[in-house]
Amino acid sequence: MIIVNNDFEPKLVGFLCRWCSYQGADLAGTSRIEYPPNLIPIRVMCSGRVDPSFVMKAYSEGADGVLIFGCHPGDCHYKEGNYKTIRRYSMMKKLLGEFGIEDERFRLEWVSAAEGEKFTEVVKDATEKIKKLGPLNWKEVLEV
Amino acid sequence: MVSIVLDGKKIDVEEGTTILKVARDMGIDIPTLCYHEMIKPYNACRLCIVEVTSNGRTTITASCSTEVEDGMVVKTDSLSVINVRKMVAELLLARAPSVEKIREIAAKLGIEESRFVEEKEQRCILCGLCVRACEEIVGVNAISFVNRGPEREVSTPFKVESDVCIGCGACEYFCPTEAIKIEDIKGRKVLHDYLYLGPTKAIRVPFLQAIPNVPVIDVNYCIHFKTDNCKLCEKLCESDAINHDMKDEYEEVDVGAAILTTGYELFDSLKIPEYGYGKYPNVINGLQFEHLCHASGPTGGKILLENGSEPQQVAIIHCVGSRDKNYKSYCSRVCCMYAMKFAHLVHEKTNAHIYEFYIDIRSFGKGYEEFYNRMLSEGVTFIRGKVAEVNDGALTPEEEGKLIVRCEDTLVGIVRRIPVDMVVLCPAVISRNDSEEVAKLFGLTLSADGFFREQHPKLGPISTDSDGIFIAGACQGPKDIPDSVAQGAGAAGGVLSLGDYYSVEPIYSVIDDKLCAGCKICISVCPYDAITFNEEENVSEIQEMLCKGCGACVAACPGGVARQNGFQDEQIFAEIEGVLI
Repeated sequence: MIIVNNDFEPKLVGFLCRWCSYQGADLAGTSRIEYPPNLIPIRVMCSGRVDPSFVMKAYSEGADGVLIFGCHPGDCHYKEGNYKTIRRYSMMKKLLGEFGIEDERFRLEWVSAAEGEKFTEVVKDATEKIKKLGPLNWKEVLEV
Repeated sequence: MVSIVLDGKKIDVEEGTTILKVARDMGIDIPTLCYHEMIKPYNACRLCIVEVTSNGRTTITASCSTEVEDGMVVKTDSLSVINVRKMVAELLLARAPSVEKIREIAAKLGIEESRFVEEKEQRCILCGLCVRACEEIVGVNAISFVNRGPEREVSTPFKVESDVCIGCGACEYFCPTEAIKIEDIKGRKVLHDYLYLGPTKAIRVPFLQAIPNVPVIDVNYCIHFKTDNCKLCEKLCESDAINHDMKDEYEEVDVGAAILTTGYELFDSLKIPEYGYGKYPNVINGLQFEHLCHASGPTGGKILLENGSEPQQVAIIHCVGSRDKNYKSYCSRVCCMYAMKFAHLVHEKTNAHIYEFYIDIRSFGKGYEEFYNRMLSEGVTFIRGKVAEVNDGALTPEEEGKLIVRCEDTLVGIVRRIPVDMVVLCPAVISRNDSEEVAKLFGLTLSADGFFREQHPKLGPISTDSDGIFIAGACQGPKDIPDSVAQGAGAAGGVLSLGDYYSVEPIYSVIDDKLCAGCKICISVCPYDAITFNEEENVSEIQEMLCKGCGACVAACPGGVARQNGFQDEQIFAEIEGVLI
């Protein structure tokens, strides 16, 4: 059942790599670029640190979408952390698909420290799309 | 040593010396055309003839190829020598009457007009210097004498374009009568490149203040590196300082820190065709103007137009490619001030009227605003507005032969047409085209404008995300000299303060040796080889000194045994719970 609620504000969790994406988000802030407050960033040292269990935990705690932000391929501060992310991401995507979680709810995006604007655009886009999809309601389902 | 008598003077000279050299060393003037000290003598022009008495025999012979012998008596100005020389000069004059050098030699011998008339007037006197230079010095034999008798001439084999000719221009250089001219046919370029405004040479001091201030050989243009011959410079250098066998060497140096000061590039003004750069010769960019103004430049520091005359009006256009959405949106910072310096130079050196076309004047910095006010008082016309176009389409008689600068004067609100003689463009300062590769090499990232990104725009303007790598100068962003010097000094200070200790990341990973199953997955994912395997205990161990704290092993560990300080799974779970309440 899909609850159609225009006031619905999705909760998004973002895992941001400390070197590129977190600084990109910081740049968006220092540049005073506005973007939806729906995404709450969690800083990790590297996108390669994002354990699949973090993503599952976020959904189970009531997140409507999870975004992973990393450095552009080849730009990883730790040489190859984001390549590990790519592999984990495609694996998780399949798994989440099996659970019926839509593509739009789980995204991997490359945001460099210079791309404050891109960061805000990704967040805007993800918020809009997930708003249309409606809430995920995993928390309630799990509690029942 | 042999002793000879030269024009009545008894002298001792070294064996093997030619009479011509001995005479010239003594200050006796013997005219020559086909002789060059770097090329073997050929006895072609016969102007250097002298009277030689040796072993009782007197002959008239060419001095350029005759070596001294003991007891030789040489006369360089006897009547018969003068007579023969006059005849030779007269014949040469008949063949090539328009050659200044031959006219001079003839005039010295008292001949103004030749009694002989040659059917076809020409410049080449068949002295063979070009042929010998091509053979002996360049070593390619691209030209030689062809035909015989009156048909004899210098040419390439079968008079077709030579494919061994390297276009070095040695034949033109050695030709005494300017009979050979190097020209650009079929788009084929003469070898010497053009640096900014003037021609340059294969051996040159790179620039005036170069350190060390010595000439270098440009291997791209040096004849020796094309034909394995020549080496004229080596023969001429008295201190044997020239070594053609030197090779570029790559040295590996172990260092503890590096400061990147790779600088900037200038925006290519050809990308804005409406400003006429590359189309009109009197539209030049800032660097070319600097070169023009320089005391050692092509005009000796005079500000001149292409035709050699002084400009009456000069337009200086700011923000060419900078502060422009279509090209670079940022301000290049240095242009306003150097554009005003240009105005001052033009004002000082010429009587030209100066127009500065600007968007905004950004004269920040010590003494800068004062300089701007001084320029205003010097009578420079500042026009606020972006130039739309520079063209040569004159509409009125006053605009005839001028470049027309079309621009909106935003302070008055009208579109203006201003006729000028010279346009100086101030192109944007842009990042070097290899900055991406250099950044990858040192583990840096680039800002949106392509310059190296500093660690923090306010708190870390010199250090970078990579430990021990510092940046200074225009590679970090457009910067003037004082700012670059300050940043450079800061970077040097940053390196010096590193000390002889090593700082470890506060965030590193640890493996619980009681729980580790020894699967070695963590070892395979560690990019720093910081994890070793302890065979005795059958566990993996992390070297804290080497660990950079990326957490790859923590995410990969199937048992959850690897833990990252500050980013433990529980901590992140708690964070997720916290943000989703």
